[in-house]
This record gives sequence, C-alpha cells and structure tokens, in this order.
Amino acid sequence: MIDAMFGTNFADGAQRIISFQSRSPVFDIIAERMPQTLWVVGMSYVVGVLIALPIGIISAYKQYSIFDQIGTLISMIGFSVPTFFTGVLLIVIFSTMVPLDSIFWLPSIYDTTHEVTDWESFKFQMRQMAMPVFVLALFNAAQISRYMRASMLDNLGQDYVRTARAKGMTEKIVVLKHVLRNSMIPVITVIALGVPQVFGGAIITEQVFKVNGLGQLLITAIQGSDIPMVMTLTFMFAILIVLFNLIADVLYGVLDPRIRYD
Amino acid sequence: MTIKTALMGAVASLAFAPMAFADGHEGERGRDGELRIIYWQAVSILNPYLSSGTKDIDASALVIEPLGRYDSSGNPVPYLATEIPTVANGGVSEDLTSITWTLQEGLVWSDGTPVTSRDVQFTWEYCTAEGGGCAQAAKFEGVTSVDIVDDLTVTVNFDGPTPNPYQPFMGGQSPIIQAAQFADCLGPRAPECTDANFAPIGTGPFVVTDFRVNDVVSFAANENYRVASQPAFATVVFKGGGDATAAGRAVMETGEFDYAWNMQLAPDVIAGMAEGGVGSPVSAFGALVERIEVNLTDPSPDLDEGIRSTAEAPHPFLTDPAVREAMSIAIDRELLVEIGYGQAGRPTCNLVPAPAIYASDNTGCLTQDIDRANALLDEAGYMDTDGDGVREMADGTPLSILYQTSTNAVRQDFQALIKEWWSEIGIETELRNIDAGVFFGGDPGSPDTFQRFYADVEMYANVFDGTDPQSYLGAYLCDKAPRPDTQWQGENINRFCDPAYDALWQELTSTGDLDERGRIGAALNDMLTKDSNVIIPLVDRGRVSAHANSLGGIELNVWDSELWNIAGWHRISE
Amino acid sequence: MTDATQQPDRVRSQWWDIWDQFKTHRGAVIGLGFLIFITLFVLLGPLLWQVDPGKLDIRNKDMRPIYTILWDSEAKVSWAKPLGSDNLGRDILANLMQGGRISMAVGWTAMLLSVILGTLIGVLAGYFKRLDGLLMRFTDLVLALPLLPLLLVMMLLFRDSLRATFGPENGIFILIVVAIGITSWMQTARIVRGDVLALKEREFVLAARSIGTPSRRMITRHILPNVLSPIMVSATLGLATAIITESALSFLGLGFPSDFPTWGKILFDSVDRMTNYPERVIWPGLCISLTVLAVNYIGDGLRDALDPRIRGQ
Repeated sequence: MIDAMFGTNFADGAQRIISFQSRSPVFDIIAERMPQTLWVVGMSYVVGVLIALPIGIISAYKQYSIFDQIGTLISMIGFSVPTFFTGVLLIVIFSTMVPLDSIFWLPSIYDTTHEVTDWESFKFQMRQMAMPVFVLALFNAAQISRYMRASMLDNLGQDYVRTARAKGMTEKIVVLKHVLRNSMIPVITVIALGVPQVFGGAIITEQVFKVNGLGQLLITAIQGSDIPMVMTLTFMFAILIVLFNLIADVLYGVLDPRIRYD
Repeated sequence: MTIKTALMGAVASLAFAPMAFADGHEGERGRDGELRIIYWQAVSILNPYLSSGTKDIDASALVIEPLGRYDSSGNPVPYLATEIPTVANGGVSEDLTSITWTLQEGLVWSDGTPVTSRDVQFTWEYCTAEGGGCAQAAKFEGVTSVDIVDDLTVTVNFDGPTPNPYQPFMGGQSPIIQAAQFADCLGPRAPECTDANFAPIGTGPFVVTDFRVNDVVSFAANENYRVASQPAFATVVFKGGGDATAAGRAVMETGEFDYAWNMQLAPDVIAGMAEGGVGSPVSAFGALVERIEVNLTDPSPDLDEGIRSTAEAPHPFLTDPAVREAMSIAIDRELLVEIGYGQAGRPTCNLVPAPAIYASDNTGCLTQDIDRANALLDEAGYMDTDGDGVREMADGTPLSILYQTSTNAVRQDFQALIKEWWSEIGIETELRNIDAGVFFGGDPGSPDTFQRFYADVEMYANVFDGTDPQSYLGAYLCDKAPRPDTQWQGENINRFCDPAYDALWQELTSTGDLDERGRIGAALNDMLTKDSNVIIPLVDRGRVSAHANSLGGIELNVWDSELWNIAGWHRISE
Repeated sequence: MTDATQQPDRVRSQWWDIWDQFKTHRGAVIGLGFLIFITLFVLLGPLLWQVDPGKLDIRNKDMRPIYTILWDSEAKVSWAKPLGSDNLGRDILANLMQGGRISMAVGWTAMLLSVILGTLIGVLAGYFKRLDGLLMRFTDLVLALPLLPLLLVMMLLFRDSLRATFGPENGIFILIVVAIGITSWMQTARIVRGDVLALKEREFVLAARSIGTPSRRMITRHILPNVLSPIMVSATLGLATAIITESALSFLGLGFPSDFPTWGKILFDSVDRMTNYPERVIWPGLCISLTVLAVNYIGDGLRDALDPRIRGQ
C-alpha cells in the first residue's frame, strides 16, 4: 500500500523511487542530467557572480561615471530581454552567420553525451557551453550587480567611512575592506538564494540550446504527471534552499559580528 | 562531493568510431561515420508497445523491425518475412480468417541468436497479456491465436473474416521483440523491465549503446544486420528536445544535424531556413488531416465533473447541424493553406483524403461562403437580439465557444484567422492553447487533454497507419467516446453517436471486395464530414521533414515510420 | 494654532526638498519622462490610433515599417501601417499599444504585490525576534515552491471559476499576477530582513529606542527609510521579472490566450522571423528594455532624493 502511495517499490526489496513516465529509477535520471546542468547553469552562475561583483563595486564607487552608466545600461538590457530572444539571436549570429570552419563558430545544440578526456574535447566543451553560459551569465550578472551597487552606495555614505578616511586609511582599504564587507550582507542573500535555482535549471535556456538538464526534466515530468519525479525534484530543491539559507545566515554573522542568533 | 560522484557516474563512456570516407551507395558497413537525427520531442522509451508517441515508435524503428512495412507509396513490402502473404500466393486463407507468415532464413538478433517463429508468437502474447497496458492493442484486435507451424512459419488466426489481415506485425507500431529478452516482462511487469525497454535487442540496422530518458539515444551499427553493406552509418545520435524551429535551423542553417522530424512551421519560415543551403525540406502527402473537432456534449464548467463533456449533457447549440455547417463554410481553407503550409498542404473536406479508393469526392466546403453561413444561422433561428454582434439562441444563450489546440505558431495563426471568420457569422470565439506534451499526453488526471475535451471545439491533426482506414473510421462508434468510466480514454472525441454509422461500419468490417470497401469508407467519411459537419476538415497536411543535403537515400514515408528505410541512408559524396 | 498652520507647511517643504533633489538626477528625470510617455502611449495611444490590434488583414501582411523606405525603395510599406504588419496582417503599432497595456499592468501589479509582501514580511521578521523564526521558515517554504508546478496547480484549481467570474482575460490576468506576485517576494523579504538585522544593532536605533520610540514609529521612521534602497532595486528588478515571466509563461503555453498580445508574446512570436523582419523583435524588445531602464533610473533618483545625507550635498 505504501508502495502504491509513493510510487516506490520497497516491497520488491529495491528501495528506489521509480519514475511513472520511464519506469526507471528517478535518481538515475537525475544523475544523468546533473552534469550538463552543473556545467551550463552552474558555470554561468559563477561567471555571472565574478562579473557582477567588480562591476557593482566600481559602478558604486564611481557613481554616475561613464563606466557606471554603461554598466547600468548593459545590465538592465541583460535583465530585461528574455533569454528566448538573446539565445536565438546568438544562435543566428554565431551558428548560422559565422561560417562553419571559422574559430568563432559555436554549436547551437548542446551534446550531452560529450565527455571531457583531453585538451581537444575540453575545447569542444567550452565552445558548446559558450552561448548558453553567456546568455545566463548576462542575466545573473545584471541582477547581482544591481544589488551590489545599491548596497555599496548605501555604505559609502555612512559615517564610519568618513571616520576611516579621516584616520588616513588608503582608499583601497576603505573601499575593499570596510565598505565591501558591510555591503556584502544583502548581496550574499541574493547569491545564496540563487544557488538552489542553479539546480532547478534554466528551463527556457535549456530548451533553446537543447541542454536537456534538470529544468527540462522537471517540465516534462510535470507535463507527464510523473509524480515521483516531480516530488523528488522539488524535495531536493527544498533541501538545497534550506541549506543555502543556513549558509547565508552563517555568513551574515561572519561578515558582521554584531549579528547574533541566540 | 556527491555532485562529483554524480558527474563521473553519469557521463557514459562512448567512443565514436573515426569518420570513414563516403563514396557511392555501396560499400562496407559503417563507412559513413555518424548520422545525427534531431526530434523536437525527446524519446522516452524504445518499446512501441508501451508508448504511442511517434517519437518513440520512430526511434525504436532503428532497432526492432516488423515482418513487413508499407513503402512510401503505401504498398506492403516484406521485412523479416520472405514475402507479403496474399490470397493469391496462399498466405491468406480463402475465407480471410488466417494469415501465414514465413520468416527469412538465417535471420539473427543483434546478440547472435536466431530469430524464430516463437519470437513472433511471443510478441502477440506480450501485447495481449493481462494487465500489460499495451499501447498497440488495437493492432491485435480480433486475433484469436498465433500458432507456430515450424521454426520459420507462423499463422495468425482471426475471429472472423478479416479483409485486412495486415494489422499485426506490419508497420512500425508492431515490430517483433525478442522472446528471450522480454520473457519476464509479461503483463503488469512490462513497464518494470527498464533495461529491455531502453535497449531492446532487435534485428534492425542499429543497436542501442546509450539511452538517456527524454534526452538522447546513441546507436551503433548492428554487426549482425542481414544486409552486409548496410547500414552505411557506424553510429547514430538521436537527440530530442527544443522546438520545431530550432530543429529546422540545426539541419538547414547550421548543418549540425542531418535529419529533423515534423517541421510544422509556416512556409515562409521554412523557405527562409532553406536559403541556408545546408539542408532542404522534404514533404509527402498521406492521410494526415488538420481538422476541427466539434464537441457534441456540453463542456461548461458549471456542470459537475462526470457529467461535463459527457453524453449526459448534450451541447446547447453545437448539436444543431446548421450551426456546424455554418462554421464549416465560413472558413477559407485556401487561405489557411497559404498561411500555414504552402506547398506542404492542400485544402480538404475529407477526413480520409487518401488512398484514392476511400477518398470521397466531397468539395462543397472548399469555397468560403459567409453569406450562406449567415443565412443558415438566420434560418435556424439564431439571431443577434441584443446588438452586440454575437447571435443568441432563443433562450438567450450567446453562440460563444471555446476553441483549443496545442501550442504551435501555425496553429495559433489558424486560430486567429478562424476566430475572425466566425466573428463575421456572429459566433464569438475564445482561444486557448495548451502545451503539446499535455494536450496529447493522455493523462486521465489532466483537464487539458484532447480526449477530455473541456472546450467546444478543438483543432489537431490525425492520421491512420497503413493504408486501410477501417480502424480509423471505427473510432467514431458510440462506445468509443472518452468518458469518466473509460479513464477518459477513447478515440471518439466528438462523442459522435449515430446507430446508422455503427451499422455501416460493421458492414465494412465484413466486406472483402476492395471497391465495395472504398464505397462504404467514403460513405462513412461523408457521414462525419459533409452530412453532419461533426468534423470540420481543414488541411490535408503533408508530412514535412528536413534533411541535410549530404544525406542520401531518404524516401519520406507517410504510411509507416519516417525512418523505415534508415538502413539504406548514406552520405552523398560531393 | 501656530503649530497647526506650520505643520502642513513643513511637510510640504520636505517633499519639495525631495523633488528638488530628484530633479538634479538627470537620468531619473529622463526616466520619469519616458515612463510617462510610454504610459500615455499605451493608455491614450489606442484612442488616437484607432486600429483594432486583432484585426486581420491578409492582403496587407508582412508590411515593413515606413522608415524602411529610406534605404530600400522597393519595400512593402504603407502609411496605414507605420510600423508594418505581422504575418497575418495585424498592425504592429496597435499591437504594441495593446500589448503594452497588459505588460505594464502585469508588471506593476505583480511588482507592487511582491514588494509590499516582501517588505512587510522582511521588516517584521528582522525587527521582531519572536516572529523571525516563524516568518523566515514560511519564506523558505514558499521559496521551495517552484513557480511552474504551482502555476499549473493554480490553473487546474482556479481557471474555470475565475474565467466564469471575471471573464477569460481578467481571470487569466488575476491568476498570472497573483502567481508571479506570490512567488517573487521572498528575495525581497530575505534582503530586507538581513538589512534590518544589521540596522537594529546600529547606534541611532539604540538612541531612538532609549527615548522610548514605539515599535511602529521605529519601523516607519527609522528602519524603513534605511532599507529603501534594496527595496528599490528589487522593485525595479521585479517589474522586469514580472514582464519577462509573463512572456515565459506564454512560451510554455500557460499564459494569456494567443489572441491577447503582450510585449513578451509579440517578441516571442517574432523570433522565428527575426532575420527577415528585425523590426518585429526590435520594437517590443525596446519597449521592455526602455521601460525597465526608466524605472531603474527613477529608482536610483528616488533613493538619492530620499537619503537625507546625500540630499544636503
């Protein structure tokens, strides 16, 4: 009876959750999908954060400079143009307009069976990741850099900054040590909360480049009423969210020792 | 840590054979390297007995084969059998109650064991086993037994005279599976045999090397294939996912893939892609008809579940033939073809436009006639009494309908056009589009499937396999209507019910003479279309696929799986 | 008596200060100007340009925008269709106006809903220690709900009843706005809470508390103004996210009916013909981007204007 309720088959001695749709163990399928999701979505998140932090810091420090204006423009465009458009635009440019033998040609369809074994295959992996990672990184960077910039701006006007400058500290130390540390609190929240979404995949980008990662898995499972699969994925998702919330809370305490959880 | 393990565990090891040089049509097996196929619906299983999805049937056609197939002009050709049995050659009994197939000698499965008549018999047992939920059970309807005559001969017995005995073991839907592999998978255990369902052992040109659910399937040439020089390709990558536009682009513009399936795209979009010069579209006409199905029952959400959209609640105005006829003749089918299909479509008024003997000479709907449609509605007493441009019934119910279909750019264009025409005859239309995966998914729990039909009219395309429309027309019998006690399964989605139709169909099942069958078939077709307009056919759609210009041997087949002759596909040397 | 006459005067002058400061922010003023323009364009435009956006005109399909004539004298153009027409002959200008109405309405309502909800929960959780655990666990709970399955379930449960009560368009509108609103407030709540936690330890809060400021005043006068900037950022991002999420829902077949244009959907429908008719993706794309950009600059300007430390400079 329990088996029927949860779609499992403990009765057979096999403690595995079986997908309704394909009748294979759910975790096998998730394990199949994990690499491409981590490569593409995860990498794009890392790239996005790495771009966003410096852009946020510099735009805030030099508010209303040309760099700030351009940064704002690009990040807002990156954020406001849907990925189904940027993705196809990149495909049109890099896969159809650029000739096939050019080094700038990039594949429009992600090969999920590709395995990195040597330098050549690594290069291929980089090429096939380039477009989806770029599309997603632009989107992530836009979001995070906005929060970074806003938070930096808030702190740059604080009294302690004036005090620090008055003490004769170099600008570098003032900005990177004092201001940055205090500004990271809201940014850490955004970054930490974004990580579980990496595992949720990026449904539209995955569709456009046919990455077939966890996002596509979830959507096909929902459409096929594959309840064990949907339940497993959302449960995994929930655990990750709780985990990364915890991490964010711990980091608050590290960044600002005054924050205490009793 | 866990991630790393998953990463390493999941990446399957697959070494691709180095590219061989291609020249000419003949040569040794595997000479042309890799063939890359993209289907925008991903493959979820390689066993056609457990899935009715075209994508799954097509993918499994690479591995498992039936006794015979239909070729691109609809003629039966032997595959595993030595010849197609007929009454003339003695294969079919005089009273049409049995058919005897003879297997080719020396056939072996890809694991090297011989193919015997036991495998054929087992296939029948597998699909008809109690509790197996076989998706192709209709193929074996009327089969009383499958008897082994000797190792290579098998006789299929029917419960009565069967004029078309080529249902079991013919065509991509009922290939032969290996008895040894599926022996423990009978009945309720069928879906649990994951290994067998994902990698069946077959006689076809390829064997499965890696299967990833709903993503990609990798194949390698079958070393034991019966033709020494085939297949020309050493490996096949069968990728799924994305949408038709992206698949078309990958074949015709970027050249990353060699073959893409079902390009239901506007003609100008396809033409734009073909300018890329790497690939080209191919199309062929069969009996695929894009149609509007009219719901004869009331889908109103005010009704209770269990009564809504069932025969207990007749539709307030769509049960009136005059309304349906008006709706049909208000449509300009020529324009629909021009906008949506171009060369790959023709206007039609028939549910069964082919083969020729079954096609009715029904052309009355081809000219749009808004005036006559309006006159029909006036006569029937539907008048616009409150001046809002929408007609009302005598009791004040407005002629307002919900029109649903699957999400697809061409279908949405059709919806917009038809909505406009219907508004000209005073029928108000609300549009809804549902993801194809859900709409055609057949999930009894979902209110959005086409069988559930919680809308007044819906549009999709359907076709029958093989060249005989008997079971296709049989879908419109009274008892085939989807309803709660059939778990909303059934093909009579209009809930059409006419005793005269049922009687005529019974006559068709017992008629052997081909001309007579044609006459009855056409009459049945007319009952559904011209006479009652329960089905409003729109476009006779060609099957459109795209292939790379360097790919040879393609013969687009509308009567069987598109990949029916993949063994003969090859690279054209340039 | 003197107090009563001075009170409104003082309040007004504070808002004047803010407006004066706001005016010095060039980007914000341009942004505000554009926002007013685009709002008028979508609201009043259809009154001036009286073309039915759903009207099909097959003979005049695939028209190019009127300016194409500048470099291609053979292009199919007409003053009757200044921005051209789509593959069924629908007027693109009229569609942009109609689509803008819906996109803006979805964007603003969903954004307001999520910002109000997020701020409320964030402030309460950050300020009142007793509520923190409860509210944050609730936030985590909602955060763990993915938008798509939630929306599908909502569709199943409420679609027919909403359709019956509010009509097909309004029913879907409410469904989409509520779905986007209730699945996007959590980030704001977390950020606001994080900031409030830090603010609570600051000296001025301690000072305010030592003179006996009640909690309500404490939040509205001291805490809220100081967390305004992350709220502004999430509001600007929220507007963009709402517009884009709506188009993503159409992409998955869960959004508005197909004859119901929104900017996101016009953009999506045109992607197939992007190379031949670039204007069909450029215009809706520009509309979305510029609106989001304008709101962003206004947010920047507002934040500067509301910050008394910057205002004095």
